[in-house]
Amino acid sequence: MFLLKQRSSLPGFHLALGYTVFYLSLIVLIPLSTLFIKSSSLDWKTFIDIVSAPRTLAAIRLSFSTAFVAASVNVFFGFMIAWVLARYRFPGKKIIDALIDFPFALPTAVAGIALTALYSPHGWVGRYLYSWGIESAYSPLGITLALIFIGLPFVVRTIEPVIQELDPELEEAAASLGAGRWQTFGRVLFPVLLPPLLTGFNLAFARGIAEYGSIIFIAGNMPGKTEIAPLLIITKLEQFDYTGATAIAVVMLTISFILLAITNFLQWWASKRIGIN
Amino acid sequence: MKLKFLLIFFLPAILWITFSGTVSRAKKITLLNLSYDPTRELYEEFNNAFAKHWKNQTGEDVTIYQSHGGSGKQARTIIDGLEADVVTLALAYDIDAIAERAGLLDQNWQSLLPNNSCPYTSTIVFLVRKGNPKNIRDWDDLAKPGIQIITPNPKISGGARWNYLAAWGVALHKWDRDEQKAMSFLKTIFKNVPVLDSGARGAATTFIERKIGDVLITWENEAYLAVNKLAGDQFEIIVPSLSILAEPPVALVKRNADQHGTRRMAEEYLKYLYSEEGQIIAARHYFRPQSESVAQRYADQFQPVKLFTIKDVFGSWKKAQRTHFSDGGTFDQIYEN
Repeated sequence: MFLLKQRSSLPGFHLALGYTVFYLSLIVLIPLSTLFIKSSSLDWKTFIDIVSAPRTLAAIRLSFSTAFVAASVNVFFGFMIAWVLARYRFPGKKIIDALIDFPFALPTAVAGIALTALYSPHGWVGRYLYSWGIESAYSPLGITLALIFIGLPFVVRTIEPVIQELDPELEEAAASLGAGRWQTFGRVLFPVLLPPLLTGFNLAFARGIAEYGSIIFIAGNMPGKTEIAPLLIITKLEQFDYTGATAIAVVMLTISFILLAITNFLQWWASKRIGIN
Repeated sequence: MKLKFLLIFFLPAILWITFSGTVSRAKKITLLNLSYDPTRELYEEFNNAFAKHWKNQTGEDVTIYQSHGGSGKQARTIIDGLEADVVTLALAYDIDAIAERAGLLDQNWQSLLPNNSCPYTSTIVFLVRKGNPKNIRDWDDLAKPGIQIITPNPKISGGARWNYLAAWGVALHKWDRDEQKAMSFLKTIFKNVPVLDSGARGAATTFIERKIGDVLITWENEAYLAVNKLAGDQFEIIVPSLSILAEPPVALVKRNADQHGTRRMAEEYLKYLYSEEGQIIAARHYFRPQSESVAQRYADQFQPVKLFTIKDVFGSWKKAQRTHFSDGGTFDQIYEN
């Protein structure tokens, strides 16, 4: 609080803060609070009944687990891609760089249809996977594949600038002090990269939980098996059951909030350890 | 300082209020028809025809906007405040919901126009692959082991609800209204369903483009569209011996039309659907016309089939919705082992 009163050398602090609060309320807080208000018209018993129904639980479990796996895969490969893009020069680099943003811009329904075409039993890739007994579309695996596609740019674009700013002299210094290559990576570079990796994971994970457009095409939408939580919300809305829909939304929001809080804490802890903040 | 602050803060708001006012005041005669997905081409043609008709009658130019989407979703946008003048949806239940939840039209809306407010109808048929390799002729064949059936999820697709109720009605007819037997028949059918798409067009894509499944349960007009416009030589339409009369109703959204002062035109718009020209346009888009003379002209397009209605078998859409598609209804029971 004390800091706020210090006079900054730049103008506009109060105005900017005012706008920030106003804007956030209008765009984020008010819509979210209506969600809670709407679901509060349910009594506890009905709320628990809706939320603890086996189908709801299965859908929520599916949404979070596929988003988690997809985000984890993205952290690994996203890191690799970001590293390659930031550190090496090779022909076609600009094109690859542009391709990374593709999932951002593509309408998710288009992505879903394209991926289904590819991974369905008669698709280019799916036909081989199915012959090995791997159900690539219309299964949790298909959902994960779509989420990996959707989430990749979030990871790459968070880590890339950090890698670019890493001074190669750090590595040279580590080497000259006798560190092995793996030691340099594990003890010098990795701690610095951990916070942005967690942020990337966070973003990809959050995106994956909420994803609807691409999933409904590739999931198969079988109740209890490949039915994601957002689809269940749509199902409730189709019956004009607004409160039932918001009940599921509130549960998802609460779980997401807790998980994001945990990763944010980890991120804070990781940055503190290396003394960034 | 204070004044400047206020100005910067409120200027966007003031501008917004001023300009949004002028935009809504600028007046044109327009009509918004909120419809469901498969009627896009039908209404594109019909709207042109009606605009000409209206110009001839009154000398006024009219612009008709059309909006398409899942039937239930469209109903929700009206309930949430989109000011459509007329609705032309896939099932009466969705228009009932508008009447009930938003009070934008009277509860007795369905009796205000001829034929239960349905200027055109359709029915549920099967689309199979060329040569009908699995020899699917009637509903019984769908319950055979080894058949893959594509149909969308009736909980989210209005079109799919007709498919489901058609099968249920056929089963009731076959087993003399034995609900238990109908239930197990539906269970066997849905065991053969590998994918539940979210809408009718999605299911058609799965069947046609993804080449999954042996039979697509679909509206007759959609089946014709697939055969005539997309890939005629790869598919065949099989009309079962008994099916449901699919009645996509139309209605005037009275309160909205009154507010816009478009009521007279909107009423004429709906009436014109029943006119000779309206009926021909419907038939051209493979909807079964109500007019006898037009039906005769397109007789070879529509195979005769014994049809039952929602009212005959289920009483009303509201009842059918409650028993079959609400949470814990028969469809949910199918997937509860």
